[in-house]
Amino acid sequence: MERIIYREIKPNTPFWGLLAILGAFLLAAAASVLYIEHHGHIVTGMTNQIVWGVPHVFAIFLIVAASGALNVSSIGSVFGKTAYKPTARLSGLLAMSLLMGGLAVLVLDLGRPDRLIIAMTTYNFKSIFAWNVLLYTGFLGVVAIYLYAQMARGIHSHLLKTVGLTAFLWRLALTTGTGSIFGWLVARPGYDAAIMAPMFIAMSFSFGLAIFMLVMIGTCTMTGRKYGVKLRTRQARLLGLFVAVVLYFAAVQHLSNLYVAEHAGVERFILFDGGIYTALFWGGQVILGGLVPLALLFHPKLDTKKSLVVLAAILVVLGGLVQLYIIVVGGQAYPMEIFPGYQASSSFFDGAVSTYTPTYLEFLLGFGGIALALTITTLGMKFLRILPNNLSDANVDPKGLEED
Amino acid sequence: MNLPALKFSKKPGEMSRRDLLKSGGALATVTLAPGVTLMAFGGEATAAADPGKRWGLLIDVNKCDKGCTECVTACSKENGWKDTGHPETDAQWIRKVDLKDMATGREISAPVMCQHCEDAPCIDVCPTSASFKRPDGIVLVDKHACIGCRYCMMACPYKARSFIHEDLEDQKAHAPRGKGTVESCTLCVHRVDAGGTPACVEACNTTGHGAMMFGDLNDPESEIAKALASYPSVALRDDLRLNPGVRYSNL
Repeated sequence: MERIIYREIKPNTPFWGLLAILGAFLLAAAASVLYIEHHGHIVTGMTNQIVWGVPHVFAIFLIVAASGALNVSSIGSVFGKTAYKPTARLSGLLAMSLLMGGLAVLVLDLGRPDRLIIAMTTYNFKSIFAWNVLLYTGFLGVVAIYLYAQMARGIHSHLLKTVGLTAFLWRLALTTGTGSIFGWLVARPGYDAAIMAPMFIAMSFSFGLAIFMLVMIGTCTMTGRKYGVKLRTRQARLLGLFVAVVLYFAAVQHLSNLYVAEHAGVERFILFDGGIYTALFWGGQVILGGLVPLALLFHPKLDTKKSLVVLAAILVVLGGLVQLYIIVVGGQAYPMEIFPGYQASSSFFDGAVSTYTPTYLEFLLGFGGIALALTITTLGMKFLRILPNNLSDANVDPKGLEED
Repeated sequence: MNLPALKFSKKPGEMSRRDLLKSGGALATVTLAPGVTLMAFGGEATAAADPGKRWGLLIDVNKCDKGCTECVTACSKENGWKDTGHPETDAQWIRKVDLKDMATGREISAPVMCQHCEDAPCIDVCPTSASFKRPDGIVLVDKHACIGCRYCMMACPYKARSFIHEDLEDQKAHAPRGKGTVESCTLCVHRVDAGGTPACVEACNTTGHGAMMFGDLNDPESEIAKALASYPSVALRDDLRLNPGVRYSNL
């Protein structure tokens, strides 16, 4: 067994190739933002009926995944699992990067992004949005301190644990805030559910770990570093557990709504006759994003096949995007019942299911958010000592992993 | 920041000589003690944003003609929003909703606009407090503070708000609008402050339907308060307990 030595990643051809691709996505996103800001949101698919669209799906996905990406760090320093400690730095860096990517998308989709300073200086403390501004910026600060505490020499383990616990509690608050953006919307039958906050926490665990594993596997492949099979399998099984928890919350969310007569309409819409939303729910969220990864992650040959882990993690990410699409867009597509008992129609689409056709500009902005997160992570690993040279099982935690 | 309330935030010391002369005989200066004076201004300014008032509308659905959209036309003309051929993104401050009772088959029609709630969800969720309520109950958007996040549109149970999706032309000086911000019915605050009634109410009366009544809900002697006290009326989405300033009768 060697000592754990953290080293910057060395730039090689794949490294520069990756940065070039990410750079292209960033440029495309910047062009998209300028185009939308110049012409107005008329060039997007968003309307006065579907006011939040694909950019919000990406932004919320990244923000939710950000807090989940911190899991590995928390498991290492708060819950004392030695095997997770060597990858804790990457976990912290990825958490910050994903949050920055998500916030960038959210902010650049504003009608007046030039007025961001107002959002930073004027707070309406009754607004969960305003609280989120504080929770998000605070998260960046707390995780930065956490990362510093992990990287600096001579930091006492008690102090590290305290900082780690603070970061863990902060991430729970952050995801509660993000879930409450929808949970506290009493107006729309698709939202207005207290379960949104804990469900978002479960989603963050799942999406964040999936992205973390993809980044780990990608980086180790790119830099030729070892990623121990036992460590990888252990993290993959944990991901499987998280996927199951997300499915459980989704089941409780819909079953509780089905029990309430006034929510029967929106449930029928999502579960049975909502067209694209029903197809996305069963095909995307439940089967491809839930049951298939679950089967893969608990496959008996998971340890011998890296491709199973990669496929499962990719499916979890795609399933997560689909789940958020159903929540964000599906929740708005179903008409609000302003006149219960009446069939309504108007020039403003009262009583009608709203249609939404996102334009490529919205996808470019969303992809830009992912590209920004990955660029920050990649550059972070280039300039900081984030990843150990060797993550083989023998090196990471021989005793701990043997017990599995 | 509060556009319509600017008149009231002017402190006596900030008054221009012209303002002082304009207020003329309505100006009264009371000396409370040596060096301490109380100045009161009459005229137009005192008529606006009176915290003692609660402006509201009462819409009689039985009197509202299904085919008539005069209230919508009048609002559009008064405030400068219009049909640009993009129905899904065009602003609509007021709309006519056609309704059919699913149990009885009764067909009716009613205008829906910002309901000027006492506990407005749009105000609760607005991160920058751009959505605000005047002391007289009129809910407005401060176009200088709105960042265009559209959370208020997600939160409004009445679909009363519109986001400006494209460049605007020919704006009305009394109803400033801006691309990238959210807007809704102002209850014709500029008319109300000048002692008038909203354009929709005026148009409805002109047609002879008289389905819309405007007035001070707090004044028991007002026509609207008397009507509300005499006949049954409902608030839309009453289950949410938002206490809107707009009420409907015969619904």
